[in-house]
Amino acid sequence: MSAAATNVARLLFRYVLRMGDLSLVLGQRLGEWVGHAPALEEDLGLANVALDLIGQARLLLAYAGELEGRDRGEDEIAFLREQSEYLNPTLVEQPNGDFGQTIVRQVLIGAFQLEFFERLANSADERLAAIAGKAVKECRYHLRYSSDWLVRLGDGTPESHARVQSALERLWPYTTELFAEDDLDREMADCGIAPRLAEVRAAWSARIDAVLAEATLDRPRDRPYQWFGKRGEHSEHLGYILADMQYLQRAHSGARW
Amino acid sequence: MDDKRQWPLYEVFIRARGGLDHKHVGSLHATDARMAIDHARDLYTRRQEGVSIWVVPSAAITASDPAEAEALFEPARDKIYRHPTFYDIPDEVKTL
Repeated sequence: MSAAATNVARLLFRYVLRMGDLSLVLGQRLGEWVGHAPALEEDLGLANVALDLIGQARLLLAYAGELEGRDRGEDEIAFLREQSEYLNPTLVEQPNGDFGQTIVRQVLIGAFQLEFFERLANSADERLAAIAGKAVKECRYHLRYSSDWLVRLGDGTPESHARVQSALERLWPYTTELFAEDDLDREMADCGIAPRLAEVRAAWSARIDAVLAEATLDRPRDRPYQWFGKRGEHSEHLGYILADMQYLQRAHSGARW
Repeated sequence: MDDKRQWPLYEVFIRARGGLDHKHVGSLHATDARMAIDHARDLYTRRQEGVSIWVVPSAAITASDPAEAEALFEPARDKIYRHPTFYDIPDEVKTL
């Protein structure tokens, strides 16, 4: 490989980790609902979404392993890195809270994933385009599920309305990170591999406004503070997720089903 | 539904492939028909069981009374001539 090609592979590795870790950490979070959802039907509904996300993570992290070229498989990458090596946005590691807070988080990140994957399906990188093409169908259902619930809760009782509005206020500050373009985002967009985040943001914003209006919720104001989970600087919550998630692989190295 | 804490019950029907009938597969709880479709999708089509879903509020179904089973179904028992087993089928007919 030429030096330039090696450099692109190295950048792409980090970029694919960002996407893979988003799906992985969110899938792990959602998995916490299993056995605890408000109804048996929702238990399965949330678990289905979680499984789709873990499926996306597997495809992306396996690809990351190949790009890295150090012979690390999807399991090793998923379960044996340190916290600062995880590059998911801070939003997806936020606690589930009550069912309404989980739904708010799912709408915010689900609309992002959908708009992102729809564009990534045209990526110059064929492997990513194929992964995105599969993921986009899953994400369309995820957003249908979560936004239906947001409308029911927002336009429901005074209590459900108040709860989802406060969850929205709580989680909103984490959304700015999704669209804060850094050098890596820019470089990948310049190569035609990744979509422009400004474009994703405009589409996301329109979707969110529409669902918030239907749910009779107020869109919170953007705040200047910025999170940097996608650079490996996380909130306090990720460490606890990793302790749970990594326990088995660390205690029983190489364990398989 | 007297118990307001419990969501209404829906019956679920799945069509396995185009051209086949929708078959009853089970029931589930949902607040409305759209949620019932979502739940049916998550509960009953996880292993590619279908290409189409119907949901029907269980309350909309009128069922026969098991106590009347004798009156309803017994009279058919001795009418074996209703089964088409007395016809000679030509050899050329393969699929009847």
